[in-house]
Amino acid sequence: MNADNILNVDHLTMRFGGVVAVNDLSFDAERRKITALIGPNGAGKTTVFNCITGFYRPTSGAIRLTHEGGRSIQLERLNDFRIARQAKVARTFQNIRLFPGMTALENLMVAQHNALMLASGLTILGLIGVPSWRAAEKHAIDQAKRWLDRIGLLERADDAAGNLPYGDQRRLEIARAMCTEPALLCLDEPAAGLNARESAALSELLLSIRDDLGTSILLIEHDMSVVMEISDHIAVMDYGVKIAEGPPQAVRDDPKVIAAYLGADEQEAIAVMESSP
Amino acid sequence: MTSSTSELTHVSRLPGVAFILKKALISALVALVLFSLMVGIRTEAGPTGQLIYWTRFDDLAILVLIVFVGSIVIELFRQWWGPAGTTRSVPQPLQTALDFAGRAIPPLLLIFTFLVPVIFYNQRYILDLGILVLTYVMLGWGLNVVVGLAGLLDLGYVAFYAVGAYSYALLSTNLGLSFWTCLPLAGILAALWGVMLGFPVLRLRGDYLAIVTLAFGEIIRLVIINWQSLTGGPNGISAIPRPSFFGIPLTAGEDGLAARLGIEFSPTHRIVFLFYVILALALLTNWVTIRLRRLPIGRAWEALREDEVACRALGINTTTTKLTAFATGAMFGGFAGAFFATRQGFISPESFTFQESALVLAIVVLGGMGSQLGVALAALTLIGGFELFRGFDQYRMLVFGMAMVLLMIWRPRGLVGYRAPTVFLKRSEAISSELAREGRG
Repeated sequence: MNADNILNVDHLTMRFGGVVAVNDLSFDAERRKITALIGPNGAGKTTVFNCITGFYRPTSGAIRLTHEGGRSIQLERLNDFRIARQAKVARTFQNIRLFPGMTALENLMVAQHNALMLASGLTILGLIGVPSWRAAEKHAIDQAKRWLDRIGLLERADDAAGNLPYGDQRRLEIARAMCTEPALLCLDEPAAGLNARESAALSELLLSIRDDLGTSILLIEHDMSVVMEISDHIAVMDYGVKIAEGPPQAVRDDPKVIAAYLGADEQEAIAVMESSP
Repeated sequence: MTSSTSELTHVSRLPGVAFILKKALISALVALVLFSLMVGIRTEAGPTGQLIYWTRFDDLAILVLIVFVGSIVIELFRQWWGPAGTTRSVPQPLQTALDFAGRAIPPLLLIFTFLVPVIFYNQRYILDLGILVLTYVMLGWGLNVVVGLAGLLDLGYVAFYAVGAYSYALLSTNLGLSFWTCLPLAGILAALWGVMLGFPVLRLRGDYLAIVTLAFGEIIRLVIINWQSLTGGPNGISAIPRPSFFGIPLTAGEDGLAARLGIEFSPTHRIVFLFYVILALALLTNWVTIRLRRLPIGRAWEALREDEVACRALGINTTTTKLTAFATGAMFGGFAGAFFATRQGFISPESFTFQESALVLAIVVLGGMGSQLGVALAALTLIGGFELFRGFDQYRMLVFGMAMVLLMIWRPRGLVGYRAPTVFLKRSEAISSELAREGRG
């Protein structure tokens, strides 16, 4: 096992009654790299995500997250919110889960809840309004502002998240996840429903998150142009098992991958073959 | 309509006369069937026990005609109003005026409330009503934390009101503690019960949560009824001490407040004092809630209402967040309960029935979930309005129910149908409640 892996998924199995959604899956995600998890619909990708982020408890197998200092955490033993808080894993959702009735800025403030909660002395100091709390709040607003600026939504900071266009909501959700200052960012189909221009902007954003902030990214994506362009490493799943793994070029030419996509959906297979990195 | 084209589009969008007549006829037919037996034929037992009946076809005809015409009027009104969800543009001057009114109402309302005891000094009825309204404003604001902000549907809020009331009653009659000592204790005890309720219901959502909280409210009431040795059972607790003006009793005696100030004693002094006590308590509730909304905990409550799964993905401990919401709401309920006990001087389980919970919940829903001003206005409308309709005598409930139904059709999201952001960069823009979720537990 490579020493600089942030995530090791080891013989992960997830059963729902008689259905085996994920079967003995193992793969690693390298630190400061973008790892993509692809596969036809129903291959079990989102189930893997839900296991990593604690929304499901795996039937068997281990998921280990190793922080930069060498501290490692077994994710399969933690609850969902502890994974986000202690293991510093943030995620987005396939169907956007923003807080639609709150403004874009508020969404990013909620993401900094744990840090702000400490700063507000578990609410008591904040209720009195001590200066240290005010400073912490200002710092949080600045952080939110930086992210809004980065995703080009600074002008719409005070608009309700539910009123933003679809593409903006996708980017806002990524910004919200990043406001928790994660070590590993898990994105579930971030390019779904985006047009070509928005997809390109998304790729740029993800590359800048990797290069400028050094955050590792785990990605589920159907848009092959995005996957091939930004991924450093790709794992391919079909029917709950890993069928291929490697750098984009190798995966693209893998006959097993092509067969899986052809079997599932011809269009997607052609997209895999035709798209260039 | 100014041009023929707009008239054309207008007509093509709306169903014609035939549709309206058809609808009115169907309504009239339903009314005929319903009322022909209920109104058209009247039966009574005759002097010798036989059944006598007579017909009242004229009354029946009038009723059916009212339904027919009413149906046409309603349909025309709906067409004039436009289809549901129509966004209508308000003229700019009117919008400015409305904005100004929206900003001016809260301070004016507050000033008026402060002056109520001065204006209506000699009208005991108004003062009592004012105290009652303020009690419900406070309860509404307290429940607003749980239902409006955190989105946890609580049908048993009266339980905390009861815990507060009985805490004060028992502590003061048994241990002789004063109102001002008991007030925080009542709040803390109610908050503890809030946490105790919170723990088992944490895994429940929506309807299930509502049912369990409803049951919790009933359990508290039944315990109070049956724990005779402590609570006095159905007989309640009487001779609960009245509050003192920070140690100085409000009585006619030598050491009473009136005698010390050298003014003539009047029983109204106590009423006015109670009025300001509940006003202060309500304002405290309001202030704390407004501050909490701008703190991380308040934002987490609202985020919880919007999307619990997303909250957990962001590392928010939803368990403690829910518990704090329950505890905070319960604490305010406990304060209000302690006040209720000291005002009445007598409490019994009859004051803490489900009807009270439903009333407070109606205030929160009618006011617009999460809106402080809306809740205050709704309490005024519901409690004050109910008194206002006293003149309608037996039709009071009918008129009142009708008013509620109309109000909810007109403003389905409550009187104040928007939420103000808790933090903003440039401008604080009200967010329509249509976007905000109601919360599913």
